[in-house]
Amino acid sequence: MSGHAVPADISGHMLDLDEDDDLDVFSKNTCLTDEGPVPNSPSSMVNQYRLEDDEEQQDANAKDLFISVDDPESHITAIETYIMYRVVTKTTRSDFDSSEFEVRRRYQDFLWLRSKLEESHPTLIVHPLPEKFVMKGMVERFNDDFIETRRKALQRFLSRISEHPVLSHSQHFKVFLTAQDLAPHKKQGSGFLSRMGETMRAVANSVRGVKDRPEEFEVLQDYVENFSSKISSVDKVTQRIIKEQREYLDELRQYSSTYAQWAGSEENLSEPLKGVASCAERCCKETEERIQHLSEVLVPALHEYVLCAETLKAVMRRRDNIQAEFEAKSDALASRRSDLDALQDEVDELADRMDKSNSALHVDWSRWRNAMRTDLKAAFTSTAEKNVEYYEKCLAVWESFLVSQRGESISQRD
Amino acid sequence: MIMADSGSSEEVAVIGNTDITSTESENNIINTMVERGTSLLKKMEINVAEAEKRTGKNTVNMQETYTVYLIEIRPAESVTEGGTPAAPDTLWRRYSEFELLRTYLLVTYPFIIIPPLPEKRAEFVWHKLSADNLDPDFVERRRVGLENFLLRVASHHVLSNDKIFFLFLTEEKGWREAVLDTGFQDKVDSRLKSVSAMLRVKNPDKRFTALKQYSDELNTVVSQLLRVRARVADRLYGVYKVHGNYGRVFSEWSAIEREMGDGLQSAGHHMDTYAASIDDILEEEEHYADQLKEYLFYTDAVRSVCKKHELMQYELEMASQDLAYKKQQKEELVTGTVRVFSLKGMTSKLFGSETQEQRESRLSAIEQSIEEGVEAVMEKNTECRDFVSAAWEDIERFKEQKDKDLREALISYAIMQISMCKKVWPSTLFRTSFCFQYKH
Repeated sequence: MSGHAVPADISGHMLDLDEDDDLDVFSKNTCLTDEGPVPNSPSSMVNQYRLEDDEEQQDANAKDLFISVDDPESHITAIETYIMYRVVTKTTRSDFDSSEFEVRRRYQDFLWLRSKLEESHPTLIVHPLPEKFVMKGMVERFNDDFIETRRKALQRFLSRISEHPVLSHSQHFKVFLTAQDLAPHKKQGSGFLSRMGETMRAVANSVRGVKDRPEEFEVLQDYVENFSSKISSVDKVTQRIIKEQREYLDELRQYSSTYAQWAGSEENLSEPLKGVASCAERCCKETEERIQHLSEVLVPALHEYVLCAETLKAVMRRRDNIQAEFEAKSDALASRRSDLDALQDEVDELADRMDKSNSALHVDWSRWRNAMRTDLKAAFTSTAEKNVEYYEKCLAVWESFLVSQRGESISQRD
Repeated sequence: MIMADSGSSEEVAVIGNTDITSTESENNIINTMVERGTSLLKKMEINVAEAEKRTGKNTVNMQETYTVYLIEIRPAESVTEGGTPAAPDTLWRRYSEFELLRTYLLVTYPFIIIPPLPEKRAEFVWHKLSADNLDPDFVERRRVGLENFLLRVASHHVLSNDKIFFLFLTEEKGWREAVLDTGFQDKVDSRLKSVSAMLRVKNPDKRFTALKQYSDELNTVVSQLLRVRARVADRLYGVYKVHGNYGRVFSEWSAIEREMGDGLQSAGHHMDTYAASIDDILEEEEHYADQLKEYLFYTDAVRSVCKKHELMQYELEMASQDLAYKKQQKEELVTGTVRVFSLKGMTSKLFGSETQEQRESRLSAIEQSIEEGVEAVMEKNTECRDFVSAAWEDIERFKEQKDKDLREALISYAIMQISMCKKVWPSTLFRTSFCFQYKH
């Protein structure tokens, strides 16, 4: 492979199909297959490694809260149409009144839960919810694929919360899972006006800016920005691949039918032509499955982390605000003479809040990184496996055609 | 097949009768035994070895760039010995000279399906492939196509014996004059003639009609196949190249990750390899497209033979019709009845009948004319019959060749697909799946 410099800014080069920039060959051997013999079947080796992976997962957490989201039901009123999902919880936790709960929740309810969790824990990384609307494409709000995709994402959301050492013990979370009617709980808590006040303060603080981010959070800020841009790019590339695959599939179908048409005009050639037509058709089927796998496995995983990137940015902003508030009050303390005691108390409180927020983020950040690696690794590996399977199957299709032709030519010669 | 308009049946021969008569034909080719392999190829080995660019002034005194191809002739025995093979005889030819040769063959052997030349301009191209005639890949594929053409002609038991063809291979300078001297250009049937023949022939030979229809169908379907193949190639190219974009992103992403970094870097590298592999894959597939194109162009040659037959048939029908008309005229003259309108008949009615002398001279003129007509019909009949017999022999040969060649092409296409699948997964995607198996 020829070496080219990796472009610093890829945005201009994005999706430019005609450029063939090759990357420098990086021969670090963390790939386990670099040493040792090449196995006979890639699938068998993949299976072997998957087993090891599962064991790792099982050691990680002893789950005591199991949640599922299913059974979407349409509700139609005079004003609106919406979907209600069934949320079933099974738990062994002592602070729950029962071991099993079943409630009905709509998307708005999930939004409420999430905003409550973020409010109570501003520097924890709360898993994102699927988006309110799907802008691109012509997806109807209530078509089956959309609902199913959303359902899966909602379930993942609750599952993530349930695994979180802090968030899973939130009172709001418990209420969400157990209360038959969520409405009265929604009315409680900080009202609209106080939220407004908070937002304005936050804006004011962010305008002021933080003086000195601790090193750890500088690094984090940097990472978040880069990660956000990279994951968005991967997401875009994946969408583009799906689009190209679909267009390829359309042409391949025509290819197959043209061979079949030709077979109709021929005598001796009819059989091999039909064979090629059938091979092409089967490759179409495999391509379809490959596309479906991408849409169902890789795209949702990437998309979730695109949203995560936004969450991380918000968390960083909130952490910065907390520090900014503390710094503002500290400055005030330093400059004013009067009312020192009251100010001092406020400053101490804010310092405390800042320290707690920073450590919370520190711990959660580590958690998040592990989860991200696990999730994306799984998604990429699954995609790679599927690709291998695709080529194995196509290979088999053409080999069987070859066998049929050679067998026939041998018998013709006899 | 009986002529519809015949008077008496004995002068009109049955067309399409495959009984071989002893009539000699000027071509001297029909009824010869077909040997396995031609004597020409037993004597010599033919290659189109190279291509070179030349510049020169053309007929309107303008500077032009064109490509010439090197034809190499080696005596057949020289290659089999252990020592160095003898130096070949060589000469340079350009594409237009090949075209001239082919036109000559078309006119001289209208009952043979003349092998086609590789395309004049690149067609059915997918987007990355250049449509420029001077593009080196196009020139290379054309070189292969020209060699294929020469071998097809050299292995044809009729065409390989042609003197002009031999001169084409051996006489660089004098060839053009020799081919023009044959006067073949005068024998070219006008388009108008063949179109009117197509429209007015009364008793077309069913076999030729069926063949023409098959040829048209084949032309249509192979054209469509080539078009779709080009589109499929385009799309496949797109899929592979977009994967290359992963390469760039993964590499940059790896720079900000610790534990995942190496895995991402490797994955990115393999994505690039994957994306680059499509160029070779599609290059190979062009060879398959060329095999299909050869048979696409063959359909034109088949059509030519059918058209020539139509023309002959038409001319025979015209000659028979003419004869029948003359006989009718004679009958009228003898019996005195007017069944066929003639100016002479009308004027004699109006201005009085002619003298006995006049009548007798007219009668002998008509009888002379009838004799000539009978001969003409017999000639045309023989011509037609010989043509049909020779043509069908070549058509059967062609059908066998076509079935065999295309079957081989389909098999090699399958082999190509298999090698493409094998090329991809072991090195690239297989490893990609393991690049993420890192230890935390």
